[in-house]
Parts: sequence; C-alpha cells; structure tokens
Amino acid sequence: MKRIDAIQAIYPAIADHVVVTIMGATAAELFACGHRPNFFYLEHAMGLASSMGLGIALARPDLKVIVLDGDGSVLMNLGGLSTMARSGPPNLVQIVFDNEVLLSVGVSFTTATADVANIEGIARESGVPRTATCKRVEELRECVDMALASNELTTIVAKVEPVGPKSFFIDPHMLENRFEFERALRRMGDSKPIGDVNE
Amino acid sequence: MPVSSQNSQLIYDALKSAGVRLVSALPETWLVHLVGLADDDPEMILVRLAKEEEGIGISAGAHLAGVSSAMLMQNHGFLASVNSIVSLAQLYRIPLLMLISFRGEFGETDPWQTEGGGVTIPVLDALGIPWKRLDSPSVVKKSIQDAMTLSSANLRPVALLLCRDLMWEDAN
Repeated sequence: MKRIDAIQAIYPAIADHVVVTIMGATAAELFACGHRPNFFYLEHAMGLASSMGLGIALARPDLKVIVLDGDGSVLMNLGGLSTMARSGPPNLVQIVFDNEVLLSVGVSFTTATADVANIEGIARESGVPRTATCKRVEELRECVDMALASNELTTIVAKVEPVGPKSFFIDPHMLENRFEFERALRRMGDSKPIGDVNE
Repeated sequence: MPVSSQNSQLIYDALKSAGVRLVSALPETWLVHLVGLADDDPEMILVRLAKEEEGIGISAGAHLAGVSSAMLMQNHGFLASVNSIVSLAQLYRIPLLMLISFRGEFGETDPWQTEGGGVTIPVLDALGIPWKRLDSPSVVKKSIQDAMTLSSANLRPVALLLCRDLMWEDAN
C-alpha cells in the first residue's frame, strides 16, 4: 500500500481528533488530504512525535490523540515506546508507517526494519496492550476504527511502499501551526485541561 | 541517604504552587525524594522516562494541551537532550521548566560526574537558556515561580540548577 492512500483512507476517522505527525513526506501527505487546526506537523526533533502525543494524551484524557509515526522515527526513540506503554493512556493511537527506508534522504538508506527489526514486536514487548501490523488499506482502516473505539493504547504498524510526495509543501508556517494547534485543543473536548489556570 | 528531604519538599511545594501538574523525570540520587513526592501525589502526573529527551516532547505536548509541566533530570541528561531542546522547545517556542541536578561541582566525590559539571553552564549559555542556581532554601520558592513566569512569557526553556548545598546534607 502507498502511504498517501493509507492516510486518505483513515482521514475521515482521524480528522476530528488530535493528530500529531512526523516531518517531511508524512506531514506533507496529511496536509495534502486537507489541513485542520487540530493537526500538528512536527517538522524536526525526529523521534519525539510519539512523546508529544503522550504528553497531550496525559494532559487531556477527554481527547483522542493519533500519532502518525515512521519506522526511522520510532527507531530513534525506542525507549519512548516503553515510556508510552508504562504510562498507558487509553486515548492514544500510534500509527507507524513503515517503509523500511529513510525516504527523505533517498531509498538507498534502509532502516533495520528492512532486515531484522519488527516494530510491532518491539511495541508489544515494550508493553503496548494493543498492537497490529497492516499490509492493505482496508485492513488499516478497520484497525484504526477498532483502535479508536477500543479505548486502549494502540500501536499499529502500516507497511507501506517507499514512495513519497513530489513536494513537502505545508502551509501554515511551523509557528502558525503551533499556535493554531494550541488554540484548537482549547476548544476541543468536553472537559477543562487538568490544572488549566487560564480558564 | 543524605539527600535533603526537607529541601526536596520545599522544591516540590514550589513547583505545585507555580502550577506544575505534570512532571517527567529520570531520577538520579539527588532527585529520588522529588520523584517520590510526585509519585505519591494524586494531583500530579508523573512520567518516568527511559531517556531525558523524551521529556522535551512530553512537556511540549502537555503545554500545547494546556498543562504546565516540569522536567527533573541530571545535568548529563540535559546534555543528552540538547538537540531536542533546540529542535523542539526552542524551534517551536515551547516554555520548558528544567530542574537540573548540578553534579560535578566543588565537593563532588564521583569522578565520573566531573566532566559534565564543567560544561553544563557553558552549554546553557551557548543555547541562550536563562538559568539560575538554587543553592539555598531561601531562594527556592521565588526562583521557581520566577522561572515559570519568564518561561511562560518568552515561550522558551529555562533552567534551575539544583546545587549540592541545597540537595545534599554532608555528614559533618
């Protein structure tokens, strides 16, 4: 499956929730499906999208948080999987698009998932209670729907082809996105954030 | 253990009154009481980290979700987190309250702590991070509140250095 097709297929399920995506191709493909102020494109700090998602999920248990991650990013922050599992927020779904390469530097630099590593296995043995690996778009859509309905921390690995968009164009600017995202979160959900002193 | 439980309580109370509701931590000896206080407090979310830089991401997420947070780490953990501080907290203007146990200063007995002690302040300065030493109980409450105030105003990281004189009670 192509990642862009996968993102298009799950877009209706995730669009009304909090979404944090990794940089580059994944961010650009999500943007191409339609920007929303509740989407945050983490354009740097590779590996920390899942940590950001964890912070949001713990701070706002009334919201569902979806992290669009990648094999290269997850491998940079493997300890973060165990931290996520240990904290275990039920409102967090991590979707790892595994294309087995660091695509933004070209297909020649493969990651360890091309040879030996299995991210679903690492997530499961780190203690993530729900895990899955999907190879087809329809399968992924069902998996994401079930994860969002389950109310349980989930990691889904989506095996995708190593192809990306022609352009990494995103508008809003990073800082504009940061502030609109913060504002969007204030308007979402049904409860005040824990410890919010400004409301 | 001669870690000051009294001063740890003072720091913890100051964090709470400054509005901190989430603490991410990777403990070392000087921080054990502080982590324990966060763990025992039902009003506090404690995230036990595997590596310090995760805490930058967690604090960024918590901030954008409206919750004030603090990080507890050793100066070597701060040194290990430099890229995440630059590439997330500074790039995206995230206020980040870092409480850093300042190992390797005068009085340090562990040889392995000494190199990191010598470069901590130069690295903070190179990053342009405002910092202050907490070396006496009398400055704790105001300094923590002031650090939070500045960080919330300039949307950047700030550092408080937890010093030996505050954290450690030497048996004299």
